[in-house]
Amino acid sequence: MATRLPGTDVVIVGLGAAGGVAALPLADAGLDVVGLEAGGRLTRRDFAPDELRNNMRGWPFSVQKCAQEVPTLRRSRSDTAVQGNGHPMMNAVGGTTLHYWAQSWRLNPWDFRVVSATTERYGSSRIPEGSTVEDWPFGYEELEPYYDRVEHEIGVSGQAGNVNGRPDPRGNPFEGARAREYPMPALRWTGFLYRMASSARSLGWQPFPGPAAINSRPYQGRSGCMYHGFCNRGGCHVDAKNSPAVTTIPRAEATGRLTVVTHAHVRRVETDNQGKVTGVTYVQGREEFFQPARFVLLASYTYENVRLLLMSKARAYPIGLSNNHAQVGRHYLSHHQGAGVTALFPSDLHAWYGLPAQGVAVDDWADDNFDHGALDFIGGGNLWVYSDRRPIAAAGMNTFGLAPTWGSAWKAFVRDNADRTNSAYIQKTTLPYDSNYMDLDPIVTDPLGDPVIRITAEYKQNELAVADFLQDKMERWYLEAGAIKVTRGGLGGQMGVSTHAYGGTRMGDNAETNVVNRYGLSHEVPNLGILGASVMGTSGARNPTLTAQALAWRTAAHLASNWRSIVE
Amino acid sequence: MADTKPQLISRRSLLRSAGAVGAAAAVGAKGSPAATASSHESQLTPTGEQTSDNKQPRYIFEQLTADEAELLEAIADQLIPEDDLGPGAVAAGAVTYIDRALGGALSESRDAYHSGLAAFDRYCRSSRDAPFLELSHIDQVSVLIDVETGAATGASTGFTGSSSSFFSMLRSHVLQGTFGDPFYGGNQNFVGWDLIRYPGVRTSVWPRLQTQLEAGELSPNHRSAYDSEYFEKAVVRTATKGTYHGD
Repeated sequence: MATRLPGTDVVIVGLGAAGGVAALPLADAGLDVVGLEAGGRLTRRDFAPDELRNNMRGWPFSVQKCAQEVPTLRRSRSDTAVQGNGHPMMNAVGGTTLHYWAQSWRLNPWDFRVVSATTERYGSSRIPEGSTVEDWPFGYEELEPYYDRVEHEIGVSGQAGNVNGRPDPRGNPFEGARAREYPMPALRWTGFLYRMASSARSLGWQPFPGPAAINSRPYQGRSGCMYHGFCNRGGCHVDAKNSPAVTTIPRAEATGRLTVVTHAHVRRVETDNQGKVTGVTYVQGREEFFQPARFVLLASYTYENVRLLLMSKARAYPIGLSNNHAQVGRHYLSHHQGAGVTALFPSDLHAWYGLPAQGVAVDDWADDNFDHGALDFIGGGNLWVYSDRRPIAAAGMNTFGLAPTWGSAWKAFVRDNADRTNSAYIQKTTLPYDSNYMDLDPIVTDPLGDPVIRITAEYKQNELAVADFLQDKMERWYLEAGAIKVTRGGLGGQMGVSTHAYGGTRMGDNAETNVVNRYGLSHEVPNLGILGASVMGTSGARNPTLTAQALAWRTAAHLASNWRSIVE
Repeated sequence: MADTKPQLISRRSLLRSAGAVGAAAAVGAKGSPAATASSHESQLTPTGEQTSDNKQPRYIFEQLTADEAELLEAIADQLIPEDDLGPGAVAAGAVTYIDRALGGALSESRDAYHSGLAAFDRYCRSSRDAPFLELSHIDQVSVLIDVETGAATGASTGFTGSSSSFFSMLRSHVLQGTFGDPFYGGNQNFVGWDLIRYPGVRTSVWPRLQTQLEAGELSPNHRSAYDSEYFEKAVVRTATKGTYHGD
């Protein structure tokens, strides 16, 4: 029997990128908030510059709750799903933002209106067959104030390209208008990154430094970035990475309104006979607790948001909470980040001291920033060249067919070339399709006996065509910069377990095709809200976190200012 | 493993004792082997005894048998040999690293090592009529190519799955033991980092240092991450819970 705890106004399930941000506007509005987090608290003393621990052994997320509920994967309905190799996210106060790359992009205006913009320019026949893509219920302009707020609350460094419609050639010429500059200038570049930017200009492209939730100078009393080279899958030893763990969560706790409960493994959202949620049940150690709440905000990762809804069946919701329209788990997509390009240069790139968020971007081939009239796809990708290298991975480099993989000849090769390769990060438009979805696996469970998520999904023709097109562009860029060898990865097929997982609880005005409304509140359950990229219907060509955070702030602000009408 | 032991004392056995420098010191009060291994000061053994440089502490294998360790060193010596470019995996202590990790972070691979090394030995004896340590350099290389490409797979050897997956596991762990942080027992005297010209672990890299690096004027920083007291504290806290390996 679960121990019934004192009630609260709002319970947030998951204190990561989204939940950790939403806690602040709620607490500031005077609402009592309980934040349930499956992981514990980590501090900067836990974040040693240690490649073995962070990158090879997957510390600390290899021993996490999420590692015990890795989704199963299959390409199509007729295949048997097989459990993935691991879970890329981690449980902790702050979640995966503790060790993420921290690239903090806004989506471009096109991403909010893929259907109408494509139809206007090329005709409706250009929407790929089988895609369930919809326009967002609002445009970029609606989200702009929330992007702005989060950029300043957590701290984002970057170079604006469009302030109130006034273009700045140092920034991204394709970005939507922003109300003001970034709160901090962009992270610095290395000599190699300057060279790549110059080569992009030679090709007639418009390179710029990307945005990052990393301090480029001291901000809010925390240090600037130390560029030590262990940011990738490592936490920050000087708190320059602006996770909610060091920004919004401590500020929300300081109001006295946020109570953080760690090591809380939420299993069910409970519902009364009227179809309202009453709170959540969680396990901590071997004890079970019921946390009553007047409003429940699900803010775990995409896979877990969907799993909790599907597991929380009730009389009013016989096939899962907020699932009477059978939309939970639908419109799933994981960002196409594969199909990479790697280059070998004839001289050292001096990439040892850097971070994945320190780089040069090109947006000329993203979204609808170029004419697709003669092409067989819509969308595109952002090209990202960054500075990031550690010794074990460097020694394990691709030898480009120029040397064997061991022995004296290999040793001579890596001595010369360990610091001479670069791999581009190319994020591509990925659309939702009718045949790509998540549900509960009928066989595989976690240690508590709860089913894990089953992902049935593959990249379709549009994604593969985008990937091929972007590889051509990236190869050209590398060759222009003097690369002597370039290799390309496969175009992709089955979707794996991803850090960029979208959909499953999509946001939209139409309750027949979407789980949450334009404010992130359930269409069916009057006191349930959902945060995270699971509400996003399109991926854009850039990292999702800042958009998930802006949406989370917007949902929380809407809830706080309409508290009475929503809850009573 | 084979019942018959090789009758010769190999060069590798000698190298092994050299490669073990500092490994035992890792369990000493100073935390990292790196600090002591790179200095000329006397070192602490696990029991706190003073030893001098000319009588180096021995590393006691905890997971691998003597035969397994010797075979693994011979293989590691082929993967990253000592040659004109300098020391290789053996001097780096890659086998020490693997043995230690098999008791901790890599414990799931322990069975794969025991059965894989036995299969490797059987393959040498059945296909080359001699144990690996008695083969010529060229024959050792050809055996390794068979194992790497999967050609050594088959019922007569008993590799679980393809021999190439055993090879790729070995290779990745030898890379970890040669190029990983010396705290974990490998990369002794920073031979791996020096080989690939890694300028070293630093906790802050100001613009001036990056400029020096790009100008070729930055000297390598020979430090383990845990030479910083800041992170060492966190490790010591783990150590009180019963492990001194930092795993």
